[in-house]
Amino acid sequence: MKRLQKVLIAIAGLAFLGFGLLSSVHGQGGTDAPLIADQPSLPTSSVAIDNFSFSPASITVPVGVTLTWTNRDDIPHTVVSDDQKFKSKALDTDEKFSFTFTEPGTYSYFCSIHPKMVAKVIVEGAK
Amino acid sequence: MSAYIEDDHTEDGINRRGFLKCMAWAGTGAFFVLQGGVVKSFAMSDVNKLSAKELKGELSFVQISDSHVGFNKPANPDVLATLNAAIEKINSLDVPPAFLLHTGDLTHLSKAEEFDTLEQSLKALKTDHIFYVPGEHDVLNDNGQQYRDRFAKGTKGDGWYSFEHSGTHFIGLVNVMNLKAGGLGNLGTDQLEWLEQDVKHVKSSTPIVLFAHIPLWSVYPEWGWGTDDSAQALSYLKRLGSVTVLNGHIHQTMQKVEGKVTFHTAMSTAFPQPAPGSAPSPGPMKVPDDKLRSLLGITDVNQIRGKHSLAIIDSPLAG
Repeated sequence: MKRLQKVLIAIAGLAFLGFGLLSSVHGQGGTDAPLIADQPSLPTSSVAIDNFSFSPASITVPVGVTLTWTNRDDIPHTVVSDDQKFKSKALDTDEKFSFTFTEPGTYSYFCSIHPKMVAKVIVEGAK
Repeated sequence: MSAYIEDDHTEDGINRRGFLKCMAWAGTGAFFVLQGGVVKSFAMSDVNKLSAKELKGELSFVQISDSHVGFNKPANPDVLATLNAAIEKINSLDVPPAFLLHTGDLTHLSKAEEFDTLEQSLKALKTDHIFYVPGEHDVLNDNGQQYRDRFAKGTKGDGWYSFEHSGTHFIGLVNVMNLKAGGLGNLGTDQLEWLEQDVKHVKSSTPIVLFAHIPLWSVYPEWGWGTDDSAQALSYLKRLGSVTVLNGHIHQTMQKVEGKVTFHTAMSTAFPQPAPGSAPSPGPMKVPDDKLRSLLGITDVNQIRGKHSLAIIDSPLAG
């Protein structure tokens, strides 16, 4: 029961994050938010932040995927695209940030606190 | 054998064992005495062993750094205790410092309550005044607005400023803002222009102390331990006779002398970080609890010949 609750809370949290992002970045409200819960079969859609690096440093995902970054370090990091299209707050240990990629392309991003940390997301076109 | 870094003018100019002892206390600061335009540095833990004559300069001040209030991970679950221990050390000095420099990372996450706690702790200092520069941990999420409101009133731009004290010109720089992907610390055009103007009218005989959070020299760029445009900044100081550059950020002591410029980084009051390249990342280094306040070691110390300067090139190691 506890585990189920945790999962539900996690999903709710992700949905909330997705909502916040969509509304702030695209100003569209949260209509796409349930995507994460409904599509467990999507390819790897998470990036770990560990030892001052993004892992994997390059990830290819289909358009529409919501990518979630989790900070595993004892030091805060951020996830900021070079063109500022997405920008997280400072993520403390175990905090997460999600962004839904609605357009194909290559998105270079970095940690604005430790700018040596660079990585990219390649979003492939419509299925 | 004396227990502090000694400029003894012998072959290598440095008392190596004394230096190792200097490295032996984690939650500490560095103590500076300005004598005849030369800034001498001593580890805080050894200052009380110095004679009054050795301590008496034209000016004495203390630098602490990287307090990371709010950090609570295994590398040091109680950063307030070590900060307070550093403050007690400063208060017990025979020669009270004229002021304190804090070279940034006051807090861990730029939270209001972390800044509150830090300010509360620093109230115990007997020292007249504290000068600050921000670390990258102090400007999270708000581009440093809260930091400036609290610690940098009346400063320029992102919080840079200069002041005179006892015939020395002090310059506090901000190199933790607007960092570029793939880059290092950053001063930026506006600050560089200001710096050029600021030092224009400083007499060449006036000693300069330049302080900023991230090292203004290339300590280890692979870990971001350097500042992209620091060479430009230092070029404005070339005609000046004595320049001392004080930084934090790397949580360990290093010193280097280049001509008339002495570079020095301070220890953290919170937790140690690994020597450059000795760990997968520069993250907090966990050492045995009983080693936390006495953990640091050193690999190499050199002196640039012909100058009254110490060059501390290598880094402390986990003990």
